[in-house]
Amino acid sequence: MAIANGPIEPEEAVSVIRSGDTVMVGGFGLVGAPLTLIDALVDSSDADELTIVSNNIGEPGRGLGKLLRQGRIARGISSFFTSNPEAVAAVNGGEMEATLVPQGTFAEAIRAAGAGIGGFLTPVGAGTVLAEGKEEHVVDGVPHVLERPIHADVALVHAARGDELGNLWYRRTARNFNPLMATAARVTIAEVGEVVAAGVLEAESIHTPHLYVDELVLSR
Amino acid sequence: MTVDVRTAIAARAAQELRPGEIVNLGIGIPNLVPGLLGDTDVFLHTENGLLGVGPRPGEDELDPDLIDAAKQPVTALVGAAYFDSAQSFAMIRGGHVDVAVLGALQVSLSGDIANWAVPGKDVLGVGGAMDLVVGARRVIVTMTATSSTGEPKLVSECTYPLTARGAADVVVTELSVFRLRDEALVLTELLGDATLEQVRAATGAPFDVDLEDRRAA
Repeated sequence: MAIANGPIEPEEAVSVIRSGDTVMVGGFGLVGAPLTLIDALVDSSDADELTIVSNNIGEPGRGLGKLLRQGRIARGISSFFTSNPEAVAAVNGGEMEATLVPQGTFAEAIRAAGAGIGGFLTPVGAGTVLAEGKEEHVVDGVPHVLERPIHADVALVHAARGDELGNLWYRRTARNFNPLMATAARVTIAEVGEVVAAGVLEAESIHTPHLYVDELVLSR
Repeated sequence: MTVDVRTAIAARAAQELRPGEIVNLGIGIPNLVPGLLGDTDVFLHTENGLLGVGPRPGEDELDPDLIDAAKQPVTALVGAAYFDSAQSFAMIRGGHVDVAVLGALQVSLSGDIANWAVPGKDVLGVGGAMDLVVGARRVIVTMTATSSTGEPKLVSECTYPLTARGAADVVVTELSVFRLRDEALVLTELLGDATLEQVRAATGAPFDVDLEDRRAA
């Protein structure tokens, strides 16, 4: 739904997140990550037992790495935990459950969730340990793995610019998973570098139309 | 592994690329390829969402929103395009990326690749490795012939966790070039001063020899 009231404070925005929720967080490493929203979640929310869907679990003490240090991530769904050694240690220590997904499958599963698709067949991962426990189907002689969509309760995304309706424009490689995650959660909170009037973003250049965005927050 | 060995492998891999191809480069030796392309202009794709990767930026060109898949700063060339991660991997899986050049821990005689995990260690980072080896139209593996402990990396059967089965097309080491042809491993070129005996000693799998098939460099 479009934005009704303009940007809200990040602390108010993340108050929608409840213990046990699944939260998607955009970014490739820290590039394109909604760092203001993450900080608000770290500092002003006590929701725990969270499932975090993000390509990485931040870096040590940065981004989602802060939430990890608080012990509030029960489960991570990612393609690359390894970029944060503390995440690897948390998994090995039994403090966090890890679901490792090939990066293209991760992206497509989020896209599928947002697009109302119940699953898809991909050749990626077939015959490897990452396909264990998943249905396999042979399509035109090629083994494929059945992958299910990844939904979330709340998506935290970052865009360079948003307009007052919630239309979003991403900059360079900070786009990554953000537009996908914006479609795949019950509630999408977009952190933006600046808010402009409707009509300022060229209509043809809008990456995420406002119907996906529920709240806007300004980066600090 | 000396710098010279890495550069030699990358230089030979660079000769496999044709003008205008869409190429995705892994970390390590493949990252040396752009500096060794000479007059061959290719378009570099990085899976975090950019086609048209340029050289590393100078300090005054650093842009926090512009990185490659290794999370290192890059520039974008004129005519570059940005896209989201789902589209980037659709390009890869859909066969729109011509070549992936990547490192490996092991390659088998049937082209199986193991390049993302070591047995007994954490298997917590796969990134785009599996998508790339499955989706790219040609997969060029660049690796030293043997591991740091002297074990051959070309083997009959991979013992490390697989990235994909039957995915490798070309394997370039400091000693030689192998091609996977009709599901057979074929030695097609000896590099530098390498001899057939040296290659046999450094290879843990049977292979055919067809040195006449040498590519024009």
